[in-house]
Amino acid sequence: MSEYVIEMLNITKEFPGIKANDDVTLQLKKGEIHALLGENGAGKSTLMSVLFGLYQPEKGIIKKNGRVVHIKNPNDATALNIGMVHQHFKLVEVFSVLDNIILGAEDTRYGLLSKREARKKVLELSERYGLKVDPDALVEDISVGMQQRVEILKMLYRDNEILIFDEPTAVLTPQEIVELLDIMRGFAAEGKSILFITHKLNEIMAVADRCTVLRKGKYIGTVDVSSTSVEELSRMMVGRDVSFVTPKGEEHLGDTVLQVSGVTVPSRLHKKDAVRNVSFEVRAGEIVCLAGIEGNGQTELVSAITGLEPIHSGRIVLLGRDITRASIRERSKIGMSHIPEDRHKHGLVLDYSLGENFVLQRYWQSEFQNHGFIRKKKMHEYADRLIRQFDVRSGQGSFTIVRSMSGGNQQKAIVAREIDKNAPLLIAVQPTRGLDVGAIEYIHQQIIAQRDMGKAVLLVSLELDEVMNIADRILVMYEGEIVGEFDPKKTTAQELGLYMAGAKRDTRKEALA
Amino acid sequence: MLKLADILSSTILFAIPLLLVALGGMFSERSGVINIALEGIMVIGALFSCLFLSFLDKNGFGPAHPILACLLAVGIAAVAGVIFSMLLAFASIHLKADQTIGGTALNMLAPAFAIVLTWAVQGQGQSTIVIPTWVRITEANFGLQAGEGFFSRLIFKYFYITTPIAILLLLVSVVVLYRTRLGLRLRACGEHPQAAASVGVNVYKMRYTGVAISGFLAGIGGLAYTVAAGSGFSSSVLGYGFLALAVMIFGNWKPWNILGASLFFAFFKILSSYSASIPFLPRFENIKSSEYIYLMLPYVVTMIVLILTSKKSRAPKSEGIPYDKGSR
Amino acid sequence: MKFLKKPGAVSCMASLLSILAGILFGFLLLIAFNPSHALSGLVNMTTNGIANSDKLAKVFYMATPLMMTGLSVAFAFKTGLFNIGASGQYVVGAFMAIYGAVQWQLPWYACILLAMLGGAIWGSIPGICKAFFNVNEVITSIMFNWIGLYTVNLILLNSPAMFTNYYVPQAPNTPLTVSLKLANPEAILPKMGMNEWMQSEYINISIFLAILIAVVMWVILNKTTFGYELKACGFNRHASEYAGINARRNIVLSMTIAGALSGIGGALYYLSGTAQYEILKTALPAMGFNGIPVALLASSNPVGTIFSALFVSYIQVGGEALQPEYVKEIIDIIIAVIIYLSAFALLIRGWIGKLVTRRSLESEEKKLSPAGKKGGNTPC
Repeated sequence: MSEYVIEMLNITKEFPGIKANDDVTLQLKKGEIHALLGENGAGKSTLMSVLFGLYQPEKGIIKKNGRVVHIKNPNDATALNIGMVHQHFKLVEVFSVLDNIILGAEDTRYGLLSKREARKKVLELSERYGLKVDPDALVEDISVGMQQRVEILKMLYRDNEILIFDEPTAVLTPQEIVELLDIMRGFAAEGKSILFITHKLNEIMAVADRCTVLRKGKYIGTVDVSSTSVEELSRMMVGRDVSFVTPKGEEHLGDTVLQVSGVTVPSRLHKKDAVRNVSFEVRAGEIVCLAGIEGNGQTELVSAITGLEPIHSGRIVLLGRDITRASIRERSKIGMSHIPEDRHKHGLVLDYSLGENFVLQRYWQSEFQNHGFIRKKKMHEYADRLIRQFDVRSGQGSFTIVRSMSGGNQQKAIVAREIDKNAPLLIAVQPTRGLDVGAIEYIHQQIIAQRDMGKAVLLVSLELDEVMNIADRILVMYEGEIVGEFDPKKTTAQELGLYMAGAKRDTRKEALA
Repeated sequence: MLKLADILSSTILFAIPLLLVALGGMFSERSGVINIALEGIMVIGALFSCLFLSFLDKNGFGPAHPILACLLAVGIAAVAGVIFSMLLAFASIHLKADQTIGGTALNMLAPAFAIVLTWAVQGQGQSTIVIPTWVRITEANFGLQAGEGFFSRLIFKYFYITTPIAILLLLVSVVVLYRTRLGLRLRACGEHPQAAASVGVNVYKMRYTGVAISGFLAGIGGLAYTVAAGSGFSSSVLGYGFLALAVMIFGNWKPWNILGASLFFAFFKILSSYSASIPFLPRFENIKSSEYIYLMLPYVVTMIVLILTSKKSRAPKSEGIPYDKGSR
Repeated sequence: MKFLKKPGAVSCMASLLSILAGILFGFLLLIAFNPSHALSGLVNMTTNGIANSDKLAKVFYMATPLMMTGLSVAFAFKTGLFNIGASGQYVVGAFMAIYGAVQWQLPWYACILLAMLGGAIWGSIPGICKAFFNVNEVITSIMFNWIGLYTVNLILLNSPAMFTNYYVPQAPNTPLTVSLKLANPEAILPKMGMNEWMQSEYINISIFLAILIAVVMWVILNKTTFGYELKACGFNRHASEYAGINARRNIVLSMTIAGALSGIGGALYYLSGTAQYEILKTALPAMGFNGIPVALLASSNPVGTIFSALFVSYIQVGGEALQPEYVKEIIDIIIAVIIYLSAFALLIRGWIGKLVTRRSLESEEKKLSPAGKKGGNTPC
């Protein structure tokens, strides 16, 4: 009997153009919590997808309890008792919780689904591990935290012994994270083995026994967590020393740029309003950060401010002009830049060239058109300037079709376009999601530079580290309302977490009166 | 009263092909493949089953055993539909081609192929396949006397084997879609194929199955349409496959709603042939060929209903998007 | 390799390959049905279009409406819409043209404008339903095909002046509208003497009008801000809204223009003086539906539709020479096979595209400075 329950030896997995995993080895002991650390794009998810049977590696072998196994699809993985909570939940929104749990492992009687046994088992598991769910609720109606519990129950329902958690804490509040880590410890104590994928070092220090580090698809090493430090782990992850705090000077507050008063936005999904009676202001020279867990109205609030969604009631004033009913183009003309949350949905026309994307909001300006004809030469000249200035990498310069570019460079292109608009108000929604440390640092520097130039910045972020790092002022949103306002120097992540979870709230009428 | 029986009877007659084909479209779209080729599949199903019926008519088997012959024809229609639909499945699932392009090609192919084959079988210029009269089921098939009561008019005025089969298939569809492992997995593939794949469901297999079921149902639907239309098969189903698509959307991709939508549409469809005999309907006496007004009616009404119900309409989320194993 | 980087060139090659494969398939069909005539059938089919100047004129004559409906479908495709309603728009356009010509005695250019207006209205309704109520344009277009057909037939049947026996009382009662030579020669498209030169009544200026319109559409789509907006909407409606483009307006406009193009197609065909509109209760004219393969074969490039329409028309004229040994519908099978194969072509295109992408990714990995080589959208 091998010491290891799972061994992935010398795994190489290639995609067109990239080696996502290059000779990577990972060995998991029974009953341990093993962290897999690496930046975005380091190859962690690919490695786990190989283990889970979603990809076949070009080279390398996988052993379970010392015996070589071939995992060709998720069914093979399930048969080997391997289960996975994916970073982006794999749940069918219009199905009930119970249907999602049994999908792929259904029991039938006379050819028909028999759900009674399944329901009993789910309720038992939910009781035993404290994973509270409503089996009959539709997934689209439940909170993100509960969706994660459904994902965990999916593994337990299949009696999995090896549990993979892919970035499970990204969507949780600090308090929920503590609970999750407790649950993970409980699983380990029962003899289940856990692979914990993350890029958050403090979580590794808190819960993991050992840690394997990947960088740019390559295996860097495996260390005992008890004998290492945060600094060493980060050096292994990034390949150099990183400062976690972006240097930032004092703020110089100017006039009010954006004023939002009593805004209520109806929800597209529910009967309840997504944003309820929200008021705040952003002044020149400050970075105001909207913090909160995903799905608490931040998206809808930004859509209302930028004009993507109509509002129910309230007033939005930009640079002294009422833009409550203004079109998106008018808002842009008055002085608004917007780095959108979903770069593929809103930010870019993926089948357009880089040059065409750079003029997405400006093609109608006389600089780029003449009597209705696009001035292609000007467009490409402009694009070349932005490419140089913001170091956007692409195969064929301004002629590159954006779809073929890497995610990081696509995001850089959006940031370049929006910052170069030079608008008095910059709205940035999760501008660093899915980027590596280098790109994150760069974008943070750019945002701070904008603030130092006297721009008003409204930042929406789900990453508390980011919020604490660059905000001048923090507003916490919970269930469509602003429940607290903080100075990052005078508060802690734990304090914010309580507000984000709805456990605490201020009545801040007087604050803005 | 007998008039009412006639109207109900022909409403059902025309609702049956719509019901079958729309249910077929539902299975395909629920699995994630937009099946615009329903029209072509109907043509192919009708073509082979009608050729078969006409063959049985000539060799004497049909007149002797009408019900058995019709059942066999239904089987032929279904098999032909399945085989033809595999062309769509191959292009849109394996080759990840644009689903409308593949469907359009098949819609062009089917009627042309039908004409070519009809000529080849029946001889030059013989472009209509005549439907034998014994295809209609009468009281005599059950050893009954022909009655003139309300119910015998309702049931036997236009009674073909496709009617009870369609009702049976509707019930089976409901059970399969909502009560079986196949249905659960199929629906998951149309909504979130990556989620289905992550729990070991073979998305390609499910989508092939969805398209195959649509071929099965639309093939039978082609035969049902042809017997309902009554004038034989001449290489076309006159846009009924497209209407079935509208019925499917109108029915919100749900079997019972699709039943309601087909009856609704069929009722307005047959109004034109009964308009003269229904006293309270307007006559349009100053207008020549006023039947065109009634012919237009079902389309206009469906348009209005679609606009009014558009807010509630909810298509399977991933329909039309080719599934790629590599994408996450 | 560099040549293949141009998407236009790749589409062109893919289309040519599918055409070759389709004709080969057609040849196999000919062999299957009547092997003794197969070879002569193939030769007839592929050369009949240039057998003499009259046949060539007929190729142009049939290509004109195909080009217009093809453009209509292609233009809507560029905005992400599937205009399956070209048939209905074509019928309404044809009706407006002949009605204007006969009933109001208008000259040909006024009839074309009228047809354009009719087609535009018929196209705009599905556009409005899509933009404001989010009703699938495929369904609406299909509904409006039939509504259009029935409305046109209803009005024609109630207008006695539209039929021959209004002018010649002893003429038989037919479902064909009156010949323009009889009712209003002013409405017949000018032939500019080409009819004598080509010795054919089929030729007139319509083919040149259609080519001109195709070029204009290409310029609109590729060179103007309006085309930029339309394509942005087609590629990604959300991003275009984010950019401040009025996506609803563009959807309606795109369908309106598509409808106008189909409407002009109807006018150009029926104002030739050689065609008479036939009132049918149960079938829409095939010209409208055949616009779809024309557009697909051209990868929705407006200039490409010129060539694909000429090809489809050429092979259809070729199909007439197949008779009586074969059914002319074999041609439809060939076209369908070509379209189906263009699905394979998409695969090849994607595969070549991946090769190009891999190279660009590799060059990115090697941290090469971005090369400003030209490689954008060059038309086929």
